[in-house]
Order: sequence, then C-alpha cells, then structure tokens
Amino acid sequence: MFENLSIYTLVHIVVALVFPPFLLGVINRVKAIVGGRRGQPLLQTYFDLRKLFSKDSVFSETTTWVFRFGPVVSLTTAFVAVMIVPLGEANAPLAFTGDLILLAYVLGLGRFFTMAAALDTGSAFEGMGSAREATYACLAEPVMFLGLLVLARVTGTLSMSGLLGTGLLEGWGGAAASLILIMVSWFIVLLVENSRVPFDDPNTHLELTMIHEVMVLDHSGPAFGLILYGAAIKLFVFAALIVRLALPIHTGYAALDWSIFLAGTVVVAMLIGLVESIMARLRLPSIPNLLVGAGVLSLFSMILVLVKL
Amino acid sequence: MTSHELILASALLAVLSGVPAALLSKRSNMSQALATLILLCANGIGLLAVYRWWVDGAIAPLSFPAPIPGVSVSVAIDAISVCFLLPILVVTSMATIYGLQYWKQSEHEDNGRGVSLFLGAMTGAMTLIVVAHDGLMFLAAWETMAISGLFLVATEDHISETRKAAWLYIAASHFATLCAFGVFALLYAINGSWDFDTLKTTGTPMAFAMAALAFFGFGTKAGIMPMHIWLPSAHAQAPSHVSAVMSGVLLKMGVYGIVRVSTFYAEIPLSWALFVLVMGTSTAILGIAFAIGQQDIKRALAYSSIENIGIITIGLGLALLGRATGQPQWAFLGVCGMILHVWNHALFKSLLFFGAGSVIHGVGTRDMESMGGLSKHMPKTATCFLVGAVAICGLPPLNGFVSEILIYLGLFRIATSPETLASAAVFAAPGLALVGALACACFVKIYGLVFLGAPRSEHAAQTHEAGSAMCVPMMILAGCCALIGVVPLVAAPLLDRVAAGWNGDAAVAFKLIEEAPLQMLSVIAALIAVLLLAGAGFLLMRGIRRAPSGLTWDCGYAAPSSRMQYSSSSFAEMLVKLFGWALQPNVERPKITELFPQNVEFDSHVNDTVLHKLVLPTTRAVTWCFSWGRYLQSGSLQAYLMYILVVVVFLLLWR
Repeated sequence: MFENLSIYTLVHIVVALVFPPFLLGVINRVKAIVGGRRGQPLLQTYFDLRKLFSKDSVFSETTTWVFRFGPVVSLTTAFVAVMIVPLGEANAPLAFTGDLILLAYVLGLGRFFTMAAALDTGSAFEGMGSAREATYACLAEPVMFLGLLVLARVTGTLSMSGLLGTGLLEGWGGAAASLILIMVSWFIVLLVENSRVPFDDPNTHLELTMIHEVMVLDHSGPAFGLILYGAAIKLFVFAALIVRLALPIHTGYAALDWSIFLAGTVVVAMLIGLVESIMARLRLPSIPNLLVGAGVLSLFSMILVLVKL
Repeated sequence: MTSHELILASALLAVLSGVPAALLSKRSNMSQALATLILLCANGIGLLAVYRWWVDGAIAPLSFPAPIPGVSVSVAIDAISVCFLLPILVVTSMATIYGLQYWKQSEHEDNGRGVSLFLGAMTGAMTLIVVAHDGLMFLAAWETMAISGLFLVATEDHISETRKAAWLYIAASHFATLCAFGVFALLYAINGSWDFDTLKTTGTPMAFAMAALAFFGFGTKAGIMPMHIWLPSAHAQAPSHVSAVMSGVLLKMGVYGIVRVSTFYAEIPLSWALFVLVMGTSTAILGIAFAIGQQDIKRALAYSSIENIGIITIGLGLALLGRATGQPQWAFLGVCGMILHVWNHALFKSLLFFGAGSVIHGVGTRDMESMGGLSKHMPKTATCFLVGAVAICGLPPLNGFVSEILIYLGLFRIATSPETLASAAVFAAPGLALVGALACACFVKIYGLVFLGAPRSEHAAQTHEAGSAMCVPMMILAGCCALIGVVPLVAAPLLDRVAAGWNGDAAVAFKLIEEAPLQMLSVIAALIAVLLLAGAGFLLMRGIRRAPSGLTWDCGYAAPSSRMQYSSSSFAEMLVKLFGWALQPNVERPKITELFPQNVEFDSHVNDTVLHKLVLPTTRAVTWCFSWGRYLQSGSLQAYLMYILVVVVFLLLWR
C-alpha cells in the first residue's frame, strides 16, 4: 500500500496544504478588477487564517461538543478528499479501486457534521442554512456520480487517479462531447458545493439569504479558522477535478506537470471570479432548476457514452 | 449434537421462552428476567449451531416427521441461512435485554408478559424460517412469526391508533402469507416435492408466476414500495424494542424469502433483474423522501427502513443481473453488498430504535417538534444515536459505507463493461447517490431536532438518561457498527461463502478482499481518526475549554426563545416540495383576514400516499360494492325460505 509513497507524495501533501487559500485570493482579485477596484492582497486568506488561529473563541450556551467538533470534521474530510484526487502527478497518494466513492462520501461526512453543528446553535438562521445545504446536496450528488460513471466508462478504471489519468486522453479523442458536458455540469457542482454565486453569495450581509456562511455564523476564532481552511481545500479539490478532466496530460517532467496543474487551478479560480462578477445570485426557489439542468446535461453525456462504446 | 439439532433446540427454547413467565405473578419483574434469560440461552445455542456449521461445513438436511401423518419436514443450514440467522440472534438478544428496563413488567402489568411471550415466539419462528428446507416447515414458521408479530404490534391495544396499525399489519401479513402459499404450491406442482431444490423446468408460466408471487408476497413483508403500507404505523405503535426487532430482522425475513426463491432458478431472465433494480431504486428514493417528511421519530425511522430495504434490493438486483448476463463478478459484489447491508441495517436500525425508545421513555412523546437539546441530559444515548445516524447515512468510517461501496463497485463495473443491454442498470448509481444525500438530510434533521439546540417543551427540558440495561445494548450495537466499518475484513470470510453458495461455482474464484479495497478502508479510517484527534488536540491547545460562553447570535435580537428554532417541517420544507408529486403533503395554511390577526395555526404533515390515496379508497369502494349484498340478508325467515325455494326451482329447471 506504500508503493506510491515517494517524494511526490510529500509534494502532493505540501501543495494540498499550502496552495488552496491562494485560490480564494485569486477569486477576490478577479472580482475586484472586474468591479473596478484594486482589491485585497492575493494572500489575504493566509493573513485571515493566521489572525483567526491566534484569536480566542466564544461559544453559545446552547451548544454541545458537536458544535466544537464540527469544524475539525469538515477540515479532516476535506484533507482526506484532497489525498484521493490526483494533482500534478499521475497518481494520488491514496489511490485505490473504488476511491471515487470514498471521495463523494467523505465530503458527505464533513457536510453531515457542518449541518449538525449548525443545528446545535438552536438558531433559526443556522437551521435555514443547514436545510438549504441538505437540499442542494441532494441535487448535486447525482450529478457528481453521473460524471464519475461517464469517466469510468470512458477510461475503464475505478480509481480517481485512473479516471483523471492519461487514459482520459483517448476519451477526448472519442467522446469529447460527453466530457465537455461533464465538465460544464461539474463546474456547476463546484459552484454549489462551495457555496459560490449564483447559488450562494459568500459576501452577502443578509443572513436570511445565505447557505454556507449562515451555517458557520456562530463559529469564532480557531474553530472558524479550521472551517475557512477546510472550505479552501474543498474548493481546491473540485478545481483539481476540473483541471485534470480538461488536461489529463503527463509529460514526464514533474516540474512541468505541477506548473500546468497549478496554473489550471488558477484559471478555474479566475472563471469562478468572472461568474461571480457577471451573475447575480439566483432566487432560492430557482436554484433546484439549475441543478436539475446540470443533471440533465450529465444524463445526456451518460447516454452518449453508453450508446457509443 | 449436529448443527441442525442445535438450531432446532435453539428455536424450540426460544418459542417457549416466555411460557414460564406467563405462569408467574404479573407484578414481579422476576418473570421478565426469567424469560430474558431463557431467550438469551436459546440464542446462545443458536450461535453454537452457527459455530458447528462453520467448523463442520454443510451436512445433509435433517428430516423428521411432521404432526400431519405421512408428511415429513426437514431443516438444513447453509451460508444463506447463517447470514440471516446471525442478525436474528444478535438483535433479539439485545432487544430482550433492553426490554428489561424499557418495558418493565412491574410498570406494564397487563401486557408485559405478553410481550416476553411473543417476542420469544417470534425469535424462534424466525430462526425456523431461515433453516427450513421445505415449503411446509417454512409456511408453519412463517405463520407463527406473522401472528406473534400481530400480538406484539397490538401490545397497547387500548389505543385506537394501535388497533388500526395492528389491523393493517395483519391484512398485509395475510397477503404475504397467501402469496407464500402460492409460491410453495407452485414449487410442489413443478418439482413434485416440497423440498427446496432447483426448479426442474424454468421459462414456463408457472415458474414465472412463482417468481412474481415471491417478489410481491415476500416484498410485502420486506416493505418494498408500493407494498410497504403496513410498515410505518406498525413500527410506530409497537414498543420500541419490538420495533427494533421488526425493523432489524422481521423485514429481512421478506428479503430472505426472495433470496431463497431466487436460488431455485437455474437461469434468471435479464428483465427480472432490471425490474428488481428499478423497484429497489424507487423504493430507496421514495422511502427516504417520505422519512424526511415525518414528525414522528419512529415513523421516520420506519420509512428509513423502507429506504434500506430498497438498497438491499438494489444489491439483489445487481446480483441477479450478474447471473442473467453471465458476469459472476457483478453477482459476487451484489450478493456481498446485499448481505452486508442486511447485517448493517440490523445493527444500526435497532440501535436507532433503541435510541428513539430511550428518548420516548424520557420525553414521553414521539413528536420531534417537542424535543430538542436532549444530548445535555442523555449524553450516552445521544452519542450512540449519532453513531447510528452516521452509519445509516452510509458515511465513512462506519459500516454503512462498506456495504454501499460494494454495491457501488458492482454498478461501476457494469459501466466499465462493454455489455450494452445491461448498461441501463448503471443509472442505479446516481440513484443511490441521491439516496445517500437524502439520508444525510433526514438523519441530520432527526439528530439535530431531537438532541441538539434548545428544548422545545417542558418535558424535553427535564428528561433523564436511560438506565444501563438500555444503554449497554446500544453501546454494543454502536461498537459493532464501528467494528465492521473500521475493520471490514472481519465480514469477508462469511461473505465469500454466501456469495459462493448463492451463485454456484462461478463465484468460488472470487475473494472479497481482492474485489474490494477492504484494507484501504481500514487505512482511511485510521487516517480520519488521527486527523480528528490532531484537530481536536489543536482546538484544546487553543483553549476552547476555557472559552467564555454567550448567547447564540440572533442578529442582535435580545430575547431568542426555543420556539424560534427551525422545526421539523421547516427543515424538511424544500425537500418535501421537491418530492411533492409523490409525498402529497397535507398543508393547512392560515388565512389572514383581519388587520391584526391572532392565533393562527400552520400545519403540515406527510401521510402515506399509497395507503391514503390508493389502498384505503379502493378498500372503501370494495366495501361499498359488497354492502349491496346486505339487501339479501334482511333477517326475516320467510325471505330466506324464499331464497331456498328459488334456488331449488332454478336447479330443477337447470337439469
């Protein structure tokens, strides 16, 4: 099981731990430029994290250990997820047959505890956030799995590293239309899973309209830092999926592979920033329509590969 | 003694376990302790029988004469029997211990001894069902189980809701029994013997009718939609430890029936496999959607049982698909996933029903809208319930994830094979993903509303922790959930054997440890544990223990009250709306007419659509039709004599 353990594993871990907050900075910078402002420093999220980790916390009297433990679980699950997804190298450190199911379910574990921690505060705002998160997850999860199925059929493997590996290059030759559809629907999944516009506005000031931010409203100090960090890693995981789907290349030069990959994630972050700049947040009742739309796209893509191969 | 003699002794002892207690005083707890002791001994003998089977391997069936002259019945233990026997032995043992405190004889003088008697009878009957080797033995045990179940559901028969639930249960049960009679009559007609054996002819209308009767009859017992109508109310009205047994193992007898009948067929048509997959997927999705809409904690758990039966049925469908298309690998993963989910569901669902029982014991209601904040008063129950809730959502690193990953692996294997006809089955995978997300929503809601937040009623604020006889079974079950989740290898040897047994020789070549990443799951579990400990250590180091406490932030509102919390209906509202086409929620909105409206009420609840929109109207219509027949029964003797005369004249003219 340790055959993958090498210098690349170390690079993988370091990149997965250090790089993700940078993407949040990129998104904010793009939004600022499009909005005609200069914007925060690119490294602002790192400063925020340092500040939060050195702060003290306040806990509501209503809460129990679930509330204190929730942020730990969400960071842990994000970290396990990023160890399954291949980044710059061919194989992820934790690559095994069936890891694609673990990827979806371990993120589900994080979501379970984030929602439970929100309900622990006993506030209606957190309740709303948690109900919304639960509902949209139900619509996003099948889309994610349809994409995985299409990739499994195209590449003939059952591991994330195989799914998003060089075998995909042939897929781009034979089933490009399906893969483009999957890329579009996964981008929509990225937006909803990470609570970005048009599903949720991370910068809004009205608790009534929020999803993710309202669930973590009561967290403070180091615990909130863990949540922010975990959210950055989760965004990185989804960005990595899209980058590897678009560029499943393996040149053999590690430095080049890693540079291509990291540049790719920055491009995805810029795309997110552009979407946030040009779109308004959707009304809550029309969010399911967009997600069902993404589901229909991936169904088309699935049918295409089923008929073709 | 051979394993067959041991298992017969176990069943007999279990059936009789409540009899001595029935003769003792109804005020003393001694009788209950005695019944519990005997049932535990019986189950211990059952475990011994399983051990003997494991050591000796399969031996020839044991035949003995039945009470009917000229007929003999037989028992045999094979891997399938053992896989269904283990949950029976474990769950009923835990339930009877739990009952010592939950349903104390001294507090339930009128029905306590009855519960002991029928719980034992049901245990013994279920044991006999899974080891029966011919149709007669099976039917006798099946009927005993069904009738003891009726008395258990009707324990509190002074409540009208309970009587209604019992009626519904017995009606559905009789339908299932009728179908079972049909199945074994057809078996006799085809094979000329009551013994369980491969059918001599397949592809005939008789063989098809037998399969259909088995699916719909046993499916009624299992709770496959739309035959699930009896299940929610029966589970809600029975005492909680009985609900645990019903949900944990009684439903599985239906699954066992279908699995057993499937072994009679040498070939499975592809259409049957796809049909089972479709039924399983729709049962799972709709079951959990209905669960989300419930306010009664036990009804919600009952609907979630329907969901899990759906997942088990998906596993069975996958296995049948493997048989139908000659892909032993799919069949192997399907059987392993199905059987493991049978065990897992027995473990976590009985755990959850025990947890619900402790809550009901403390708060005195099943309504989740008046609970909240219970984890402060009952920390042990809350922690055990949380383990069950995470496990039932299929989340790593607990046992539910292991069985689901096996089924997923099978479905993904379909996607990677060039087989085109079977490939429609891959759509069960996104279906299962939807089920997983819905289950997450449902159990976050249940756990959050019951155990977290602030208490929503006086009773919830003053509840008490369950006693040790109630807590220990929950802890044992939670430990089992964690064990299978963290070290899934423990389940592999038996699963290999059952897959080989069900699938014939083709599956012998497969080993679960090679087909599924069992060791990696242990590695992942260890990684998660280490990271969680590190994170918790970090927060402790940063001083969260000494952190000051304050009010929950409510946007500056100074006097938040517990009634302002999100309620069960509000949490479920969006999802209930999304599934409104199936759930048909009953929503009564207040009409506001005056300028200063006062005391308006909003009510929203989800009834069972199949029962209330289909079955009940149909039965009402049928009753109405038959009521015309009453005109004949006027009550006057002259009229009856007249009928006789008319018939005689008619017959004379006829001939």
